[in-house]
Amino acid sequence: MSASALIRSSAAVMAAKLASGEITSVELVQAHLDRIAEVDGGERGIHAFLHVNAEEALAVAADVDARRAASEELHELAGVPIAIKDLIVTKGQPTTAASKILEGWMSPYDATVIKKIRAARMPMLGKTNLDEFAMGSSTEHSAYGITRNPWDLDRIPGGSGGGSAAAVAAFEAPLALGTDTGGSIRQPGAVTGTVGVKPTYGAVSRYGAIAMASSLDQIGPVSRTVLDAALLQEVIGGHDPLDSTSLTDPSTGLADAARLGNVAGMKIGVVKELHGEGFQAGVENRFNESLDLLREAGAEIVEVSCPNFKYALGAYYLIMPSEASSNLAKFDGVRFGNRTLPTDAPLTIERVMAATRAAGFGDEVKRRIILGTYALSAGYYDAYYGSAQRVRTLVQRDFEAAFAQVDVLISPTTPTTAFKLGEKIDDPLSMYLLDIATIPANLAGIPGLTLPGGLADEDGLPVGIQLLAPAREDARVYRVGAVLESLLETKWGGPILDQAPALASTADEATAKIAAEEAN
Amino acid sequence: MSNETILSFEEALEKYDPVLGFEVHVELNTKTKMFSSAPNVFGDEPNSNVNEVCLGLPGVLPVVNKKAVESSILIGLALNCKIAPHSTFARKQYFYPDTPKNFQTSQYDDPICYDGWIDIELEDGTVFHVEIERAHMEEDAGKLTHMGGATGRIQGADYSLVDYNRSGVPLVEIVTKTIEGAGSRAPELAKAYVAAIREIVKNLGVSDAKMERGNVRCDANVSLRPYGQEKFGTRTETKNVNSLRAVENAVKFEIQRHAAVLDSGVLITQETRHWHEDTKSTTSGRPKSDADDYRYFPEPDLVPIVTSAAWVEELRATLPEPPAERRKRLQADWGYTDMEFRDVVNAGLMDEIEETVTAGATAAAARKWWMGEIARRAKLADVDPAALGVSPAVVVEIEKLIASGAINDKLARKVLDGVLEGEGTPTEVVAKRGLAVVSDDGALQSAIDEALAAQPDVAEKIRGGKVQAVGAIVGGVMKVTRGQADAARVRELILKTLGVEG
Repeated sequence: MSASALIRSSAAVMAAKLASGEITSVELVQAHLDRIAEVDGGERGIHAFLHVNAEEALAVAADVDARRAASEELHELAGVPIAIKDLIVTKGQPTTAASKILEGWMSPYDATVIKKIRAARMPMLGKTNLDEFAMGSSTEHSAYGITRNPWDLDRIPGGSGGGSAAAVAAFEAPLALGTDTGGSIRQPGAVTGTVGVKPTYGAVSRYGAIAMASSLDQIGPVSRTVLDAALLQEVIGGHDPLDSTSLTDPSTGLADAARLGNVAGMKIGVVKELHGEGFQAGVENRFNESLDLLREAGAEIVEVSCPNFKYALGAYYLIMPSEASSNLAKFDGVRFGNRTLPTDAPLTIERVMAATRAAGFGDEVKRRIILGTYALSAGYYDAYYGSAQRVRTLVQRDFEAAFAQVDVLISPTTPTTAFKLGEKIDDPLSMYLLDIATIPANLAGIPGLTLPGGLADEDGLPVGIQLLAPAREDARVYRVGAVLESLLETKWGGPILDQAPALASTADEATAKIAAEEAN
Repeated sequence: MSNETILSFEEALEKYDPVLGFEVHVELNTKTKMFSSAPNVFGDEPNSNVNEVCLGLPGVLPVVNKKAVESSILIGLALNCKIAPHSTFARKQYFYPDTPKNFQTSQYDDPICYDGWIDIELEDGTVFHVEIERAHMEEDAGKLTHMGGATGRIQGADYSLVDYNRSGVPLVEIVTKTIEGAGSRAPELAKAYVAAIREIVKNLGVSDAKMERGNVRCDANVSLRPYGQEKFGTRTETKNVNSLRAVENAVKFEIQRHAAVLDSGVLITQETRHWHEDTKSTTSGRPKSDADDYRYFPEPDLVPIVTSAAWVEELRATLPEPPAERRKRLQADWGYTDMEFRDVVNAGLMDEIEETVTAGATAAAARKWWMGEIARRAKLADVDPAALGVSPAVVVEIEKLIASGAINDKLARKVLDGVLEGEGTPTEVVAKRGLAVVSDDGALQSAIDEALAAQPDVAEKIRGGKVQAVGAIVGGVMKVTRGQADAARVRELILKTLGVEG
């Protein structure tokens, strides 16, 4: 198999080829490093990666190959490379959260998910781009430049995890880790034609994911197939004594659910409030197509109403900034990260902290810190944070009522396909509206999966289909997701990414740029 | 330096009714910190007992220390509190470099222990019933040392050093309800209250309870109101008073200062005050309003603490005898007078005497040694008697040697010298130093003959019936034998030599 065909395989296929000895992990990792070198750099490159971890990835790959040669028993995904969202701390690689305030910071410890990735001996290709501190829906808020959507280089790859989704869509990595606070795994998945899962809150340890909103954040898998996502969630999930909110459930049965292959007799609920008005026509068309396929496969499609979802976005934009304003207080230049001194006297600790935060944080981060600080202020707390928490309870009740009727819920993942870079950068409210369908799952702590649902008629860009299940029933979204994926791929005659335009090599341009920088 | 005008304490009390309130912070002696696995050890190299969690590095999460929760419940139970079946943590937010996350994780709306009480007995036996509002869990801040300024405060300092060893050490903050009616006993009550809390947490074994190390720190709230007025006056909060005497003095000073301020027709400023041991006075800290905005909100990284009734009862069953009851029992057992017992308590030697009695000494002998020779030597060495190096077992052994006649009281003190110089057990010291009483009559007889010959007139008096003069001869013999003779035996032999009936 050629290197270019190899990198288009699913992680499960790569794992099988490694196990059979058809390929080595070093070959596999090198093929991805070559792809990164070919399409990630330069002015028109994807720029999914903030850091490429070639040396360590190849060393881990060589170690896996040696162990395999010695007939050592290895994890199913051993030797399959992965990219890591740069919000998750890693020893040996910088962790920036795409913020200037952490430029050059090296974590002295590994996140729990990273320990698990290392234990499974999966080579880490590097750290992927994101909106600064995961705050954004387009990856345009990164302090280190934009990431491009492989489907259309002038469009956003979604956010905050645009880097992870674009890396997987551009075949720079078969798997990636993301984090999802209001849709940061699922929305980029939808707009790049890839798969992403936000697991049940507590199913995957948050230890080592730089917190935005603690009660909403969840680490999850990014991949090109539903089975691959399931395999990866099994690696990273499970109880962690370092995370008090971690569930004790074992992280098993997900790949089995993805391999089950039937949905006959399942009840699937269409959330009335999560499609229709405000959703792009092409998105609606693809969504209805998926409903038809599921119906043909024997699932019963019913409509359910979640009347409080209309308040979810408002509640989210109070809870998230409130928690973020607190979680980001530690970035003050005192103990770690960059310190900026005030330009004029006096040099007091308060003024150093203020200057550090003024210089280190971008506008969107400052906007949310200010919103959150205000919402938590004495005299406003009840009206804002308190009310938002009550809405959160109502959203949870809506889900409870819905799941009393159906096994899973279904909706488009986003109201629109990818918009143009720069189009909404000065309009935060319209940017926030993109999260309308993904936010309820975070407020309720339930699992959500996005998979490609085809291309919108208007613009030929990917549409995402979202599946939601009750808390701790992650297996259900994998089961239904895999069936729908299979039905759609049969219809399309192959994976949706086969329809993505080929990416031109930017390697020469990137090399020239590096040479120019070195010459300077 | 304070140049505050103050009224005499008596005059202040004539005019105003003091109202008190205390917040006592108790550092728990758990092996690890409140929310991280870093060691909780005092006095180590700065910033050595830290990990990523208590340094607040990006990505970290807190995990509640179960032992700290149990210690907090024990404190609550000892203070007759109710234990909340469900309690939560909150974030108290403020930017300060001793707090690595720029928020302190603390309990706010629903503390683990609430609605308790403790009876405080003053020295003369007067009992005050103090109600406890709450006892909640939180984490300590790091320790800042401000360098280069004249005052040691952050104002005027060139730079500050921060030691995060203390950052995240488990704290229990015990808050009283307002205490009314203490009157002129207010300063004594303040001291006795803090002493009682210290004693309770030490007795529970949940804190090292050393005030000089900050294990127990008191914030004392004082306000005055004219007698007969129901409404409280404006309070001040004197922070981190770290000795019992200072608590007493700080309350007394604030009463005197408030009275002078109120007398001059000025309102008291609600503020924190700093206690100065050198000038025995307080100075203004920072203004403190009830509306300080800490932007409290529920800590989203921690799940609620759920205490089952079974768990609480399990802990209740391990509660040691309350200190006040124990004191009553021990005094009765030992037969000490009130004054004797109070002296023992004030000297902090109750535990040592109890151990010594348990080890086999009489209560009288135990008191004699601990309150006498050992306390005297400890004072000379400027250490606690318990830290001098004399164990209860040593006291018991010395007592046995005296009772058997092997040594006398004077020799016993030399035995103690030997023990303190590391020469071994009392018996070993007696052997090594040759301190046994001279009981060889032959050796004594020659010393007696010598002494009689040296003082023939005294010998003559004794022969003439003045038996009480024998003391002078005994003294001579003891001098010759360097105190190692049994004085009673010497007396017998002298009288026998002179043919006089004793």
